Amino acid sequence: MRRAVIAFTAFLGGLIFLLAVPAQAAAPDQGLRGSLKLQGQPVNGVKIVVTTESGQPVKEVTSNAQGTWEVPITDTGKYKVTLDVKTLPPNAEIRGGNAVRTPTVFSGNMSTVLFALQPKGGGGAAADTGTSSFWTQAAQLTFEGINLGLIIALAALGLSLIYGTTGLTNFAHGELVTLGALLAYLFNVTFGLHLIPAAIIAVIVGGMLGYLQDRLFWGQLRRRGTGTIAMMIISIGVALFLRYVFLIFFGGQTESFSQYTAQPGVQIGPISAAPKNFVAMGIELAVLIIVGIALLRTRTGKAARAVADNPALAASSGINVDRVIRIIWTTGGAIAALAGVMLGLSQNLKYTMGQDILLLIFAGVTLGGLGTAFGALVGSLVVGLFIQVSTLWVPPELKSLGALAVLIIVLLVRPQGILGRRERIG
Amino acid sequence: MDWITIISTTVKAAIGVETVLYALAAIGINIHFGYTGLLNFGQAAFMGVAGYGLAVTVAVMGLPFWLGIIVGLAAAVVLAIVLGIPTLRLRADYLAIVTIAAAEIVRLIFRSVAFKDIFGGSDGQRGFSDGFYALNPFPEGTYGIGWFSFNHRLLWVLLVGWILVGISCGIVYLLMKSPWGRVLKAIREDEDAVRSLGKNVFSYKMQSLILGGVIGCLGGFVYGLAFASVQPDIFGTETTFFAYTIVILGGAARVFGPVVGSMIFWVLLVLVNGLLSGAVESGIITFMSPVQVGPVRFILVGLGLILLLVYRPQGIFGDKREIAIDAR
Repeated sequence: MRRAVIAFTAFLGGLIFLLAVPAQAAAPDQGLRGSLKLQGQPVNGVKIVVTTESGQPVKEVTSNAQGTWEVPITDTGKYKVTLDVKTLPPNAEIRGGNAVRTPTVFSGNMSTVLFALQPKGGGGAAADTGTSSFWTQAAQLTFEGINLGLIIALAALGLSLIYGTTGLTNFAHGELVTLGALLAYLFNVTFGLHLIPAAIIAVIVGGMLGYLQDRLFWGQLRRRGTGTIAMMIISIGVALFLRYVFLIFFGGQTESFSQYTAQPGVQIGPISAAPKNFVAMGIELAVLIIVGIALLRTRTGKAARAVADNPALAASSGINVDRVIRIIWTTGGAIAALAGVMLGLSQNLKYTMGQDILLLIFAGVTLGGLGTAFGALVGSLVVGLFIQVSTLWVPPELKSLGALAVLIIVLLVRPQGILGRRERIG
Repeated sequence: MDWITIISTTVKAAIGVETVLYALAAIGINIHFGYTGLLNFGQAAFMGVAGYGLAVTVAVMGLPFWLGIIVGLAAAVVLAIVLGIPTLRLRADYLAIVTIAAAEIVRLIFRSVAFKDIFGGSDGQRGFSDGFYALNPFPEGTYGIGWFSFNHRLLWVLLVGWILVGISCGIVYLLMKSPWGRVLKAIREDEDAVRSLGKNVFSYKMQSLILGGVIGCLGGFVYGLAFASVQPDIFGTETTFFAYTIVILGGAARVFGPVVGSMIFWVLLVLVNGLLSGAVESGIITFMSPVQVGPVRFILVGLGLILLLVYRPQGIFGDKREIAIDAR
């Protein structure tokens, strides 16, 4: 699985700023790493030579039994990584044939160096790599885009529902996503539960915390008559607060769950992915459809839409607005937690993981139309696809840039989003 | 605990470089948010384009210092126009999302490897401040009494910085007293009413965005010159949020609100940091490690922002009736 979609390191910036010593950025945990896999199986004993750009040797390593290798590097900059082709198993070769990579090491960051291995094919396979590899890649990226889009959709659905019923643009929603992932990590790694029960507990606790948040905090603010803009700025405070509480308890490192992390991939047509991704996508899609249908068909769902349309009118027609909002917050918290677990499963856990996708969540919600459930799904899928597929043409580090640009363009052309209604715009 | 260090860093923080540059950013935000009611969450991008405009002009293209300043200012104006044309017609919360997205786009471009030759990737740019220090009238040495002293370089930066803060405050004071400023405040109160009086609201909002962006971008210059470098991650969203906290702390729609807010903000942050690190090092606090002190300050900022908006949205000097925090 590809590593993190976005590498926002705003925190690093803030810290450097506070230290007021800009040159102190060099954190010890920077360097290069990679993992070598042939059809999902780790390849060990492959020699990797790292030199500086000018050819000064830095270090030589060989991949271990998990197929991974790692070279810590003190000075940031461009490096040359050469894979010794002679040490590859006889049945393997590097896709594309180029055994040299020139990655850049950023401060405080482990850069991943990709050497995609493929079985040594006969003459026929080599002949059509030129044309088919583009479409294979496109199919693979489409799959990954849908995968990412569904995760964004889960988070976006909660954000959109909460916005629809309370008018709150919740900048702390990314932290609810992180919270879900970290809760699952707590039960999974610290308490030693299997990931599946741990994830279920995390979702339940996430829902409870969503309920309590509304009960003890946002609900009280509404009762005080706090304006929506004030609440939006308060949510920024909440986001800062939670994010750094996570940092204190979780630490700044990247972690993964104890199960399903290095799952061998399976090949389905042109797409290669770990089975966990298919299961995760199934769960995500099921949850999204269930919540969507519940909104359309159940009494509570209808009440929620009535509150979204006009809270005063809903209240006067006998709907308990506070109860509806509380249910929405509980659901929103629970599915945000689920999104966090899924994100942690498909990428890694970090205290900024939710913040990193927050703008993508906003992009998905805005694209689909703020306050509509299926709009969030459609918009998020478009955002996810756009991000991943655009890497066919743009460098991966700039892939979320396109999504943010789309967000701005949509607001220009069709501010109500794809499925939104005209009245919701300003 | 090393009380002298704690006290001296705290006192110096009241007039330090961070205070200056955040005061400038906050004065800009005060024009946007405090006076016009525009929720611009992309202030960091204004600082970024100014800092990088200067850095790239001088360090990469080898042009003189004053040209770099002009390029930086022009970049801020261009950013305001590019950002403003699509967004100023949007409602407040959309404006917030779009400006924050635009600021992230700017930051991602600055730190991208694709443009490393121009912007220097995540390492940023350095070596562009010589022209500024060549103008330094103070001879080499240390100025001050006891621990309250600065070297000639820092003194020069602080002098220029505080002059800029003073000029900015003067401009804001005069403008907001003028008919122009009254139109801005009227837009904050009721946009449609202003429109019905025949004013071009969009044009006024754009002028406000440009003015606030240009004043905010001075903060980017101060950062770049004081630390003789710029890095992309300095200009992240949290910088903008800090500046918002400062505006709300000091009191929005008040001329000196952002300046006093910035002083209090940094004094508190530095003091808390000094006390906590001191307490951790001398073993008074045992449940925290020195690494955890940094995050505590951010937690306090978050908490402070929440408490301020809940209990005193007008901040220290503000007037509750003048805060644009109700939905429109």
